[in-house]
Amino acid sequence: MVRKRRLVVAAAVLAGTLAMTACGGGGAGGGEVVNDPNAIKIGFMGDLTGESSGIVIPGHNGAKLAVAEYNKTNPPRKIELKDYDSQGSADQAVPLAQQALNTDKIVALIGPAFSGESRGVVPILEEAKIPSVSQSATAANLATRGWKYWHRVVANDDFQGPAIADFLARVTNAKSAFVISDDQEYSVGIAEAAAKELTKKGVAVQTDRFAKDLSDYSSTVAKVKAANPQAIFYGGYYAQAGRLLKQLRDNGVTAPFASGDGSTDKGIIDGAGAQAAEGAILGCPCAIPGVGNTEGALKAFYDKYTAEYKIDPAIYAAEGYDAATAFINAIKAGKTTSDEINTYLSTESFQGVAKPIRFQASGEVAGTDIFVHEVKAGKLTLLGKTTDAKLR
Amino acid sequence: MLQDFIEQIGPSTVGGLVIGSIYALVALGYTMVYGVLRLINFAHSEIFMIGTFASLFVLTLLAPKGPLTGIALVGVMLLLIVVAMVASGGAAMLLEVVAYRPLRLRGAPRLAALISAIGASLFLQELFALVVVPDVFNRPGRIDAPVPRIVDRNVVFSVFGADVKTDQVVIFISAVVMMVALDQLVARTRIGRGIRATAQDPEAAVLMGVNINTIVRLTFLLGGAMAGVAGVLYAMEFENIRYNIGFVLGIKAFTAAVLGGIGNIRGALLGGVLLGLVENWGAIFLGSQWKDVIAFVILVVVLLFRPTGILGESLQRARA
Repeated sequence: MVRKRRLVVAAAVLAGTLAMTACGGGGAGGGEVVNDPNAIKIGFMGDLTGESSGIVIPGHNGAKLAVAEYNKTNPPRKIELKDYDSQGSADQAVPLAQQALNTDKIVALIGPAFSGESRGVVPILEEAKIPSVSQSATAANLATRGWKYWHRVVANDDFQGPAIADFLARVTNAKSAFVISDDQEYSVGIAEAAAKELTKKGVAVQTDRFAKDLSDYSSTVAKVKAANPQAIFYGGYYAQAGRLLKQLRDNGVTAPFASGDGSTDKGIIDGAGAQAAEGAILGCPCAIPGVGNTEGALKAFYDKYTAEYKIDPAIYAAEGYDAATAFINAIKAGKTTSDEINTYLSTESFQGVAKPIRFQASGEVAGTDIFVHEVKAGKLTLLGKTTDAKLR
Repeated sequence: MLQDFIEQIGPSTVGGLVIGSIYALVALGYTMVYGVLRLINFAHSEIFMIGTFASLFVLTLLAPKGPLTGIALVGVMLLLIVVAMVASGGAAMLLEVVAYRPLRLRGAPRLAALISAIGASLFLQELFALVVVPDVFNRPGRIDAPVPRIVDRNVVFSVFGADVKTDQVVIFISAVVMMVALDQLVARTRIGRGIRATAQDPEAAVLMGVNINTIVRLTFLLGGAMAGVAGVLYAMEFENIRYNIGFVLGIKAFTAAVLGGIGNIRGALLGGVLLGLVENWGAIFLGSQWKDVIAFVILVVVLLFRPTGILGESLQRARA
């Protein structure tokens, strides 16, 4: 009896709460999200206006492109892409994530774009059971935290440095190499991974490192000149890479120069100057379709992107498109709640712009493809995967 | 180790002299303002940044087709230096009027002026990142702006295995000329005497008919103009500039000023060149990531034994 009475009370309370919620919703006049046929809300989180926005905006463009294409097909429920400009900082990303969950009630999130902010935001998404797909967070340890709702469409940093080093050793036949980095976490990590792989391949490696805010690399250049290496690998971002490359070339260092995704941006060409940047090899878990890509999905994406935005696609543009596509496929299949979408992600498999996309249980994409690009005539040109690409 | 040293000492020395002369020119501004007002003008690094953008502005207007030589090079260099001196010197004077004078006239504690300096520094950085660079130069505000090349990198001569190139010669000569000019200005002219008098004893200087406000303004103008020249040389050598370019360089220049003896003009010059050299020499043995550590260890060691810096003697006691 007691139990029954309790049940009744609970039911009454529940009914009351529901009624109040309904009133609240009606009073606000905004209409509830669920009642709006046009609002399956998907968030996009990343640095959209800050210092590193150059790495995030192309992916944002790619995601917008995919969503716009889907909405043009007049689906029963359109997708609304909501932007959360985290400036790339975890401090700003966390309150934005709370806003996305509590106020905007997104069902899924594309991003966060960077690894640092992911560490802050993903635990919140996990708790709220909101699936996310990042187009560019590449820190290896993100996949080992037991996150159930987190995914990414790019291979992690563990694969990148060694793959680029392999490529560099293969195409140059170098017997000696110089590995340089600045002192940031990403830069040191990728440089050490590359140095290790080069040593394994029997290449004699010397190293140097400088502070990231420095602009005068004369001591590093002096070391490289003295070592006279047959290949150079730089771990770091494009601003420093451009300055370093310029100073190396100005001082008569002609060895092939390779770097990773942090430098895969036309900023390296601006910084070094077109002449010094020519021939630089830039590896990335992303593929950047360019004018040279004449076939298949790469060309189709290049054409769509340039038609829409009047500029060439840049870093992680194709991956932003793929991340959005992963969600769109789920919605097309009639999965509209966060949990349904997350379950769908675990089984889905589709052909992305540059590679097949399938998620492992850890959230990692199944393949470990790293792509290489070369600076040709002042433009980034996609050469292909590190395993089989050739310098043109 | 010895092999490394022999192979790298030449190029490292040349590189150290180049960056060291830029440190020295910026250090002059810190040291002069400190000598006269006992104020560390932390916004001085942004005055330097304004100098780099002034040269980019001129070069954007001129749009040179490529590296210059001979008369054309000297002409463009002079134009760049004059414009940058006016821009940076003017900005420094304006800074004094807006950020420091109101505090000085009300007799605010020095800490207030220091905080005002930090505020002015942040304000100027953000002004360039958000307004000046996007609106004037039509570029994204927070990433490197490339500067067109005006001096070619031809090897002029080789010494101890180091190739000395045209740009390095141009920078070193320009820097030395400006340093000598400033040193003579302070040592020999009426204005210089006024600056020295104010540094020595402001009240006595007033009694002897020195207009303190004019002298303070002139000190900012001269220090700013030197930072402007440093900005031109920096933009020319590294060809990439951005809104926060002064931050690290300003700290280094300030270190150089303290190392040489803050308040002492020749000390700032010595400190700047020494800092540039020691950083690069240390990097030969320890790697470039140790540059900053080396610089500050040297600073601490020098201050332990000579708390007033290497030359120690301050602006007030400099001989005429």
